[in-house]
Amino acid sequence: MSEVKKTKYFNPYIGGVLLGLVLLAANFVSGRGLGASGAIKSAVVSTVNTVAPTHAENSAFYKNYNETHESPMKSWLVFQMMGVLVGGFLSGAFAKRLKFKVEHSPKITSKRRIIFAILGGMFFGFGSQLGRGCTSGSALSGMAVLSVGGFLTMACIFGTAFALAYFFRKNWI
Amino acid sequence: MAPLIVNEIISPDTNLLIAFLIGIGFGFVLEGSGFSSSRKLAGMFYGYDTTVLKVFFTAAITAMVGMLFFSLFGWIDLDFVYINPTYITSAIVGGVVMGVGFIMGGFCPGTAFCAISIGKLDALAFIGGLTLGIVFFTEGYPLFEEMYKANYLGTPTMNELLDIPRGVFALGLILMAFAMFWVGEWAEKKFPREEY
Repeated sequence: MSEVKKTKYFNPYIGGVLLGLVLLAANFVSGRGLGASGAIKSAVVSTVNTVAPTHAENSAFYKNYNETHESPMKSWLVFQMMGVLVGGFLSGAFAKRLKFKVEHSPKITSKRRIIFAILGGMFFGFGSQLGRGCTSGSALSGMAVLSVGGFLTMACIFGTAFALAYFFRKNWI
Repeated sequence: MAPLIVNEIISPDTNLLIAFLIGIGFGFVLEGSGFSSSRKLAGMFYGYDTTVLKVFFTAAITAMVGMLFFSLFGWIDLDFVYINPTYITSAIVGGVVMGVGFIMGGFCPGTAFCAISIGKLDALAFIGGLTLGIVFFTEGYPLFEEMYKANYLGTPTMNELLDIPRGVFALGLILMAFAMFWVGEWAEKKFPREEY
């Protein structure tokens, strides 16, 4: 390897324009933005419907969801998310980045990284339900349509992460 | 003319196929921009890598300006485009909780899927956590329902809130984004780190 590692990634501004065009296409074709957490929710509801149908009928959340949605897995976000897996894989394959690994700062162990990833995921998953979408569905897509809620959620996500960065610095740098 | 699905130019099944294709574009761009690396994502919060800021805001202003012009040309009817509703309390609490998750986990849901597609096992753990967090919400829903629905404002947009034309707000946001890009470039020079 040479000493100066050149970036193998897209120029961020070009990447941003491309991502913006994908988001614009979603709005143009389907009248909606992108998303991610909604697809996991679909999978959760679908699983509960299958393994515990009585529970799904008696529990407020699933009952409401099933009444307002045709079928949890036949949703726009689920199909979009399957596309994300394919698209990410293709990009990784072209750039030769396909590799099983746990990425972490050399100062921490893989075990610590995994524990924090699970904990962080739990917070993010719960927060995305309250926020009616995550960074993609609420913040990015919301900002593109100038939604007040989208801007508010975006500011809170990034603001909180900045405010707490100091306490978690060992995990990253 | 657009949105195509609302005006029945395409069928619901075609819409799902297009969702899949849009997802491929979404995943490809996220991965290609480096969003499959949690250390690169977290770099945003330490100033050594502000890719997230640049990609995120460039994407938001591109889509925003695109919709503004499409609407001006009569290509899209913005009345039929989904506008995220505003529930003040849950937007703030949800955003703060997500921010905690972001700095601990290093991913957000979309980037975690992108990362697992190239084999990042920490992303797999993060997705496991996401699922648990979502189950916690859906199972405990009666406990959170009041907060979830509190302070509902409908679907206001920023320009309506500030009582200025849509285009003026868009211009202001673009200028703000450029100012942030400038700060980002400065921070990357000040806190240099090698590429992950």
